[in-house]
Amino acid sequence: MALVKAVSSAAPLALRIVAECPVSKARACTLTLPHCAVYAPVFMPVGTQGTLKGITVDQLEDLDCQICLGNTYHLGMRPGPELIEKANGLHGFMMWNRNLLTDSGGFQMVSLVELSEVTEEGVKFCSPYDGKEILLTPEQSIAIQNSLGSDIMMQLDDVVSSTVKGPRVEEAMHRSVRWLDRCIAANKNPDRQNLFAIIQGGLDAKLRKACLDEMTKRDVPGFAIGGLSGGEEKDDFWKMVTLSTDHLPREKPRYLMGAVCDLFQRFGSALVPWGSLQLKQKQYAKDFQPIDPDCQCPTCRRHSRAYLHALFKSDTAALHHITIHNISYQLTLMRSARQSIIEQRFPEFVKAFMKRMFASREQYPSWAVEALQSVNIYIS
Amino acid sequence: MKLELSRVVQGCRLGLLTGLGKSGQHSLEVPGCLLYTRCATVPHLTQDTLHTLRDLPSVTQVSVDSLAEHHEVLKEFKEGVRKFSGLHDTVLFCSLHDSANSSPAGHVTNKTVSVWGSGGRIELTVARFIAIQAAIQPDCYQSMADGETWQAGTSRKRVRKAVDRTLAHLDECLALHQKTQELKKAEIFGVVEGGDILEERLRSARETAKRPVGGFVLDGFHSAAMDQDVRVQLIKATSAELPQEKPRLVLGVGRPDEVISCVEAGVDLFESFFPFQVTERGCALSFNYTIDPDPETAGTSTPTVLEFNGERPAVKKLNSNGDENMTPYEMNLKDKWYQDDFRPLVEGCSCYCCKKHMRAYVHHLLVTNELLGGVLLMLHNMAHYLGFFKALREAITSDRLQDFKNRVLHCREVD
Repeated sequence: MALVKAVSSAAPLALRIVAECPVSKARACTLTLPHCAVYAPVFMPVGTQGTLKGITVDQLEDLDCQICLGNTYHLGMRPGPELIEKANGLHGFMMWNRNLLTDSGGFQMVSLVELSEVTEEGVKFCSPYDGKEILLTPEQSIAIQNSLGSDIMMQLDDVVSSTVKGPRVEEAMHRSVRWLDRCIAANKNPDRQNLFAIIQGGLDAKLRKACLDEMTKRDVPGFAIGGLSGGEEKDDFWKMVTLSTDHLPREKPRYLMGAVCDLFQRFGSALVPWGSLQLKQKQYAKDFQPIDPDCQCPTCRRHSRAYLHALFKSDTAALHHITIHNISYQLTLMRSARQSIIEQRFPEFVKAFMKRMFASREQYPSWAVEALQSVNIYIS
Repeated sequence: MKLELSRVVQGCRLGLLTGLGKSGQHSLEVPGCLLYTRCATVPHLTQDTLHTLRDLPSVTQVSVDSLAEHHEVLKEFKEGVRKFSGLHDTVLFCSLHDSANSSPAGHVTNKTVSVWGSGGRIELTVARFIAIQAAIQPDCYQSMADGETWQAGTSRKRVRKAVDRTLAHLDECLALHQKTQELKKAEIFGVVEGGDILEERLRSARETAKRPVGGFVLDGFHSAAMDQDVRVQLIKATSAELPQEKPRLVLGVGRPDEVISCVEAGVDLFESFFPFQVTERGCALSFNYTIDPDPETAGTSTPTVLEFNGERPAVKKLNSNGDENMTPYEMNLKDKWYQDDFRPLVEGCSCYCCKKHMRAYVHHLLVTNELLGGVLLMLHNMAHYLGFFKALREAITSDRLQDFKNRVLHCREVD
């Protein structure tokens, strides 16, 4: 089969490795994308339907977010790619001037829509909005993402839950490679939109390696590590991640998909260095300190846990305050991690993080201990 | 607190309420509105988004409805609601009820009234009411009052009782107020009741005016309570009994036409729950309130910046998205008509939503039930409403009230 090469010289992405951790495999990079530079490692807030849960693009910019995520499935349904293209792409539609990453639409279809059927052609499902049968092919996914105009687009992959075993996993892996080639061919805007490949292979090291070998032959601007957010055991999870990064090209960015943190916001849950606070619980009614006394976000500078607890009973603005805090927390965490890599003290950063998160070493999850051990960071 | 009236034109009082707040540094232009909040937050907004609005009213309104259930917490906090909620430097006015919510009737007794929090009904004696005020620590609050006289068919006897009870509550509030350290610098507003019975309104006004109150709250005049004509008549008569140098605030009136007629009847202050109600039904205030600068060319000049965009099919063909409470002053952004309309909500509006976003985007947010829809609409609606009050004051100042009324009320006639 002919090799499909992405036009790498014209690829609208440049990665500069600013520092590498001498102990682990961590690296600090600057990723230059069409809209602005992104400092990695970085966390991307999820703006599913062209909006970030009640916060304005100005607020997002003030939090120093450089890239966020838009959802092709949802936006493809409403308001649809034609309208968004008329509005100058998703950037113009939501007035976000920095970077956007769109997913392929595949994951939502499989996870949100019942009775979806995968064939070589694409993914077939019934639209929840009007009941019509829709077929999402690699070409269509890329066409929608071209209309959205995102800085990074994801290939359509054959998504299989990591809890599935057997021949289906291998079939999905090979199909994902074929779909990658179709996506590359379908990309109308290789000069301004970066298409990332998604490494599959489930929890099978051999399949993963095979997928890595194949996909890295394609000259795409970046790679994602997929198929690892379906509730698999964390022990298997980290091993597949580290295997993947071992075999991905050093000079290209790596995106770990599905490390979901945004579920927290839904129920008034605020992230803190030692876990999370469920602010709707009675215990916070008279707690007059901010969510995190050390946090500098607008929420923590102005409001207390007690006030947020009270506000939950009256107005949705309580959710906005939490969203701002959580995004700030996650962005700051990554920024601190990055800084520690640059200053060659990443292992210390990790140790301090773990110490803060868990009351004692006995409580460190074994998978985390092993994963860190595998990259020479010893925390217990 | 002092009300300095600069002029009275066709019944409209124009002036400045000064000496507001603990430091006495704040002032509020009259006629004007308070900043409506629920639990000390302007609905949908954080402090950052709130402050994209210019010329915010210097007085923020909270209500016992939304704060009573937090009494214990506020008591333990000790420093009042303004600090508890992280509010900016603002004057705090506390009303009894939240005018955006209708509370079930039938829970008033001789000694108590009820408010409605998220957990249900909370019964208040004057003692408890004052204790709650002590915990809230407002700069100004309305006295406890029996306002349940607005239902159709309320008997004269019931109305009389409401007036009597309200006066009794006022006297008890004043007495307890004196003894309450946390309320030392606060002002009480007396509440004028009387339903739709002229004699009772006059009695309530005269008696309340005898007490040492800082101002007057006119209760029982909201939209559902009576027709515009009756309201205007009663308020005019009531107003004549009240000292000119003290401010009058009317509860439950928010529609632009009703605001104008109340101002003409002698009202100074209004609540701003109306833009919030418009927001909740997915609508944007769009009525024109700009009058041409030169009265000679009024009506012949080219459309001004805020000239209405010339389309309001959404009101005429009130589809399934239309809310029965929709007024002629707003457009229904959920209407399919707007899905590919790339213009701002209102051309020339300088609010964050209109400067940044377009109708199609707001439409999308509403259709997909995204929280940002409420945020953007609240910002626009508040900005538009504040702009309306500013234009009203300017019209009174420049003797252009009739032109102003023609402009604002014209949209009603078009339909």
